[in-house]
Amino acid sequence: MSITVRFFASIREKLGKEQDIIDSKDIACVADVWARSARIPLPANTLVAVNMEYGRPDQPVCDGDEVAFFPPVTGGAG
Amino acid sequence: MKIRLAEKAFDPWQELARHQSEQPALAGKFGATAVFIGTLRDFNQGSAVQAMTLEHYAPMTQKHLERVAGEAGSRWPIEDVLVIHRYGELRPNEPIVCVGVWAAHRDAAFAACRHIIDELKARAPFWKQEMTEQGRRWVAPE
Repeated sequence: MSITVRFFASIREKLGKEQDIIDSKDIACVADVWARSARIPLPANTLVAVNMEYGRPDQPVCDGDEVAFFPPVTGGAG
Repeated sequence: MKIRLAEKAFDPWQELARHQSEQPALAGKFGATAVFIGTLRDFNQGSAVQAMTLEHYAPMTQKHLERVAGEAGSRWPIEDVLVIHRYGELRPNEPIVCVGVWAAHRDAAFAACRHIIDELKARAPFWKQEMTEQGRRWVAPE
C-alpha cells in the first residue's frame, strides 16, 4: 500500500532526495503526498504529475500511483 | 513517427537523412520537409555558458513528445515526424533538439514543426542547469 514520489531539478536539490516511497494510508490527494514526503511548504510555481500526466495539488491519488513534483520546465532551445 | 531521447551528442542532418531513407513509404509522398534544430549557445542571460546538464523525467518525456507529435498528425496533413532531444551533459555548439516534419505541402510542414517545438518547450519535463563562471544555475523559464 504505497505511493512512489519523485522530485526533479531544483526541488530534488532542495529536498536532497529524488525519490520516496510513502505509505498511502490517510493520503487523499497530491498535496497530502507532498506534505508527508517533503515536510516543507509546497514552493510556488511547483508543477505536479500523477502517473506522468500533469495534475493539480487537490487531485485525488490512489495506492500504487506515481506522483512527481518539479519546477517549471525548460526544455527545447532557440 | 519516431521520438528519441539521446544521451550522447547527435548529428541532426545525419539523423534526418537516415530516418527518411528508412521510411520507404515516404518516397514520393512528401513535397515539403520542415526542420527545426535547437543548439546550445555559449551565452545566456548575460553569462558565458561553459556546459549544460539537461535533466528529464524519462517516461513522462517520451509520453509527452509522442502525444504532441500525434496531435500534430491529427491537426495537419503530414506524413511523418522525427523528434530527437538530448539529455545529460552538453557542450556549447551541440544540438539540443531536432524536429523534422515531412508533408505533402509546406503549410502543414511548417505549422506542425512549429507546434511540436513550441509544445515541447512549454510542457515537456526537461530542466536545464548551466555551468557558468559563477557556478551552476538552473535556467529560468522564458
